[in-house]
Amino acid sequence: MGKRVALEGNEAVAEAMRQINPDVVAAYPITPSTEIVQNFAQFVSDGQVDTNFVAVESEHSAMSACLAAAVAGGRVMNATSANGLALMWEILYIVSSMRQPVILTVVNRALSGNINIHCDHSDSMGARDTGWVQIFAEDVQEAYDNLLQAVAIGESMDVRLPVMSCLDGFLLSHSYELLEVESDEAVREWVGPYKPLNPMLDISDPKTFGPLDLYDYYFEHKRSQLDAYPPAKEAIIAEGKRFGEAFGREYGLLEEFMTEDADFVMVALGSTCGAIRDVVQGLRDNGVKAGLLKVRAFRPFPAEEIAAALQGASAVAVLDRSASYGAHAGPLYAEVTSALYSYGKQVPTNNYIYGLGGREILPDDLEQAFGDLQKVAESGQPAEPVSFLGLRE
Amino acid sequence: MAQMTEVRFHGRGGQGAKTAGYILAVAAAEEGWNINAFPEYGAERRGAPMKSYVRISKDPIRLRSGVRHPNVVVVLDDTLLATEHVTDGMEPGAVLVINTDQSVEQIREQLASPDVNVFVVDATQIARDTIGRPIPNTPMLGAMAKAADLVELDSLKRAVDERLGGKLSQAAIESNYAALQRAYEEVHS
Repeated sequence: MGKRVALEGNEAVAEAMRQINPDVVAAYPITPSTEIVQNFAQFVSDGQVDTNFVAVESEHSAMSACLAAAVAGGRVMNATSANGLALMWEILYIVSSMRQPVILTVVNRALSGNINIHCDHSDSMGARDTGWVQIFAEDVQEAYDNLLQAVAIGESMDVRLPVMSCLDGFLLSHSYELLEVESDEAVREWVGPYKPLNPMLDISDPKTFGPLDLYDYYFEHKRSQLDAYPPAKEAIIAEGKRFGEAFGREYGLLEEFMTEDADFVMVALGSTCGAIRDVVQGLRDNGVKAGLLKVRAFRPFPAEEIAAALQGASAVAVLDRSASYGAHAGPLYAEVTSALYSYGKQVPTNNYIYGLGGREILPDDLEQAFGDLQKVAESGQPAEPVSFLGLRE
Repeated sequence: MAQMTEVRFHGRGGQGAKTAGYILAVAAAEEGWNINAFPEYGAERRGAPMKSYVRISKDPIRLRSGVRHPNVVVVLDDTLLATEHVTDGMEPGAVLVINTDQSVEQIREQLASPDVNVFVVDATQIARDTIGRPIPNTPMLGAMAKAADLVELDSLKRAVDERLGGKLSQAAIESNYAALQRAYEEVHS
């Protein structure tokens, strides 16, 4: 049985890392994920883990060291935010191309400039095409649970992909909440020992990693990488179910809250889903058929499942906590509407960009968006494809 | 939405408003409540005004925006009255506990909403006498326990032990208990 304790989001993530006891952590701390690395370094120093902790001089080096340790045959973890993730860019692609299941906690924070330490999703969204699995947490319990599952998903033998376990900066990383922390034994049994695949340090069976790969084979290799993502989707579902069987909290690609008969559905990522639940409940109490579709896995993107979940809706709002500069709308909106189009569902869909740089999202803002949807459903047309919540104009 | 108690701490970086929120949250959790506590930072720096928030409810707490309509406000430093709108969103009769050597009447004159229920205590002096340093957060929790009747003093003591036990010596924990107790006794309206 787990223990119900109060922890800050960063403390909960560090606790999960302690329980997982990875072979290598190479990290360069950055706000608001600093305490993850700080607390974990303390565990190393106190002998509570067997991890080889590599202190490096930048995030580029951190991810390079993680890649090398993973290729050598170790279970590898790391944590970062915003500009730290941006500095890892080049190596993120190489980790996924080399199919190394490195686990990275991303505490979501706005990218510079201007300089801002608070939450938005521009860092993770910028990394959405790097080939990493991306899972978003709604609360501290999920941040803890997701990290354990990230290990199992990434290490599945037919997946072998790196995973970003994302949680909202400050809103979750510095939020003090009650959660179930499972016992060390139960976690270690659930996660299991690391099973290396083609480890470089197996010198009886030499292999080549990261060679020159020009127009004769690069395309085929990239094509074979694409084959990893449908199994990753299956692994997210299977491990979410296995987690539920072990600990009583089941997870999937999406979470539907009152969507079954909903006319108006809001689609969102991360901690804002909490406030949306309250607003949906309030609208339901007043006879409005509102619902929430929480996207837990953004990569691989559950396009078919989202289209199915929105099948009965008469109007949809997609909330984006980042902007896609030069695009016609925010990234989540673009993918959700593309999914609807691909799977033959036509429904008026509004895009709301909110919360950049930590701007608060209030229940009033969410109610206003649901109000828009009622008007949109009557007219059959989105009033404005993109609008903003909580912005002074 | 079901009944929820919302608390807002006003302090300066380094005075322990964030830790005070966490200790209150642990104490409330010990008594069986759902809790959520979080700080509101600008850029973190010592001496700058900051806020921290605590929500306490029987139902799960999902809202993560700052507390706009507090039932209880705790002010760790009376110089904040010159720049911070500490009574913002407070209903008449809501509880304001302030660390000050001024009288209730003197404080009331400086408030934008003088109809709140003002409690005063000299938590800085109590902290100097008991803990040996002018850190007002634990005595202010003792004062709040009396003024707002949210949690029991014993729950706060256990929470201090749980939250600070790993960082402080047993003697330092005992001095924090003494600070809680004395502020609980000395706070008045």
